[in-house]
Amino acid sequence: MNPAGKRSWSGLYLFVVFAILYAPILYLVVYSFNSGGTMHGYEGFTLEWYGEVFSDVRLLIIVLNTLVIALLSSAISTVLGVIGALAIYRVRRQQSRNALLSLNNVLIVSPDVVIGASFLILFTMIGLQLGFISVLVAHIAFSVPIVVLMVLPKLQEMNPSLLDAARDLGASGWGVLTKVVLPVIRPGIFAGFFMALTYSLDDFAVTFFVTGNGFSTLSVEIYSRARQGVSLSINALSTLLFLVTIALVIGYYLISLRNSRPAEGGQSR
Amino acid sequence: MRSNARNYYLIPYLAWIALFVVAPIALIVYYSFHDIEGGFTLDNYAKFFTPVYLKMALSSFWYALLITLFSLLVAYPTALILTRTKHKQLWLLLIILPSWVNLLLKAYAFIGLFGTYGLANALLETIGIGRKQILFTDFSFVFVAVYIFIPFMILPIFNSLEEMNKSLIHAARDLGASDWTTFRRVIFPLTLGGVKAGCQAVFIPALSLFMLTRLIAGNRVITLGTAIEQHFLVTMDWGMGATIAVFLVIIMALIMVVTGQGRGSIR
Repeated sequence: MNPAGKRSWSGLYLFVVFAILYAPILYLVVYSFNSGGTMHGYEGFTLEWYGEVFSDVRLLIIVLNTLVIALLSSAISTVLGVIGALAIYRVRRQQSRNALLSLNNVLIVSPDVVIGASFLILFTMIGLQLGFISVLVAHIAFSVPIVVLMVLPKLQEMNPSLLDAARDLGASGWGVLTKVVLPVIRPGIFAGFFMALTYSLDDFAVTFFVTGNGFSTLSVEIYSRARQGVSLSINALSTLLFLVTIALVIGYYLISLRNSRPAEGGQSR
Repeated sequence: MRSNARNYYLIPYLAWIALFVVAPIALIVYYSFHDIEGGFTLDNYAKFFTPVYLKMALSSFWYALLITLFSLLVAYPTALILTRTKHKQLWLLLIILPSWVNLLLKAYAFIGLFGTYGLANALLETIGIGRKQILFTDFSFVFVAVYIFIPFMILPIFNSLEEMNKSLIHAARDLGASDWTTFRRVIFPLTLGGVKAGCQAVFIPALSLFMLTRLIAGNRVITLGTAIEQHFLVTMDWGMGATIAVFLVIIMALIMVVTGQGRGSIR
């Protein structure tokens, strides 16, 4: 086959993959404007469903809950994750460091159903009531290892003589941490925070197990509504969420772009 | 070393590990040896080896295998083509973008797409095949699962393709290898790490899917994940649920050992 023909075939293949990847999302968006009330047979343009979303107080509270959980859990897990990364970084014995890393990664590779079930047992054992706090704690718990994994490479890339220099110049331990270490690893911290945020916003399975009766996040709410069938206010909601997602991705992309620039200046590629 | 003696950072971090990594695993194992009344028993394990549960485990495996296989078949060419495009980072970002959209919303979209009057059926009708029951079939379950997992398969394969030394391909060409031979003997073996990482990233979650089995497969498919959810939240038989969870963790560990935590799997 000639190169041009091959290229057009691969172009077609890529086009089909992209079409299938985006079809469901576009489908949701298009039908969120359908006045017909179903996800088939487009009748006419309406903003009715968006109005319904914004007048649904229960739904708005759930959106608020989801955001509060996501922001709080990613902030707290970022702090814990940075501490964890510093802890692993300081361990000098290779074996203990590997052991810590393996333990760290357990929650990342575990199936979320198992995490959810085991947290449910844990919270019941401790006597923690299922609701806002249990969901928050669960989200913090599964976000910490992700932050650790994002921060640790930055620590390892850091030039150790910076620390020696700071100590020689009389900086205290706290001074070294806040004036030298944290600024150097800041890109990793931001990346970790963003990852934690998306993990929290996206989580369904773990939340589903530890949420109890009175409290709900968006994923859980969409699940229970979707089980009852199609309602176009979910479409409207998902369109809004999709816009938020794109905004987050662009934010993340810009941050990683800004991060990669100084690094490229330092390393000759 | 000096800093090793006063590693205060370890205290909160080890507390987190103890509370949320070690304790949950220990509790799962503990519960798997207890019945509903809380008495010690081995019945759960005995029950797991009855045909009912073994059949479920096998079918769960079979579906996970199908999902992984189809993901790989679609993802590998996609990754390969992606590495040859201009602006490949942008294209990659566009591939990953749908994976950031909430999982539930994508599943919900497919309820609409695959519905009796949905887009898929409208297409089938225009081709002349006519309406079919798509939703609540094995096909729809595998399709939607592949859809959801595909970015996680593409990403590691893409990375390993990028890391590969391109001059090896030229060398193979110069030595007279055809495109197919170059792929089979050079490109594919060199990206095996990425393929393994991708298969890991798909197979393990595919075993534990439970939301899709309810929304898309209409409870026709029961995976290990569905069974755990069922036992914990519906029948409240935590002991049996924990036993299945223990097996799921063991299977997961086995897969990690077998596929090896090679270079590719770290990311």
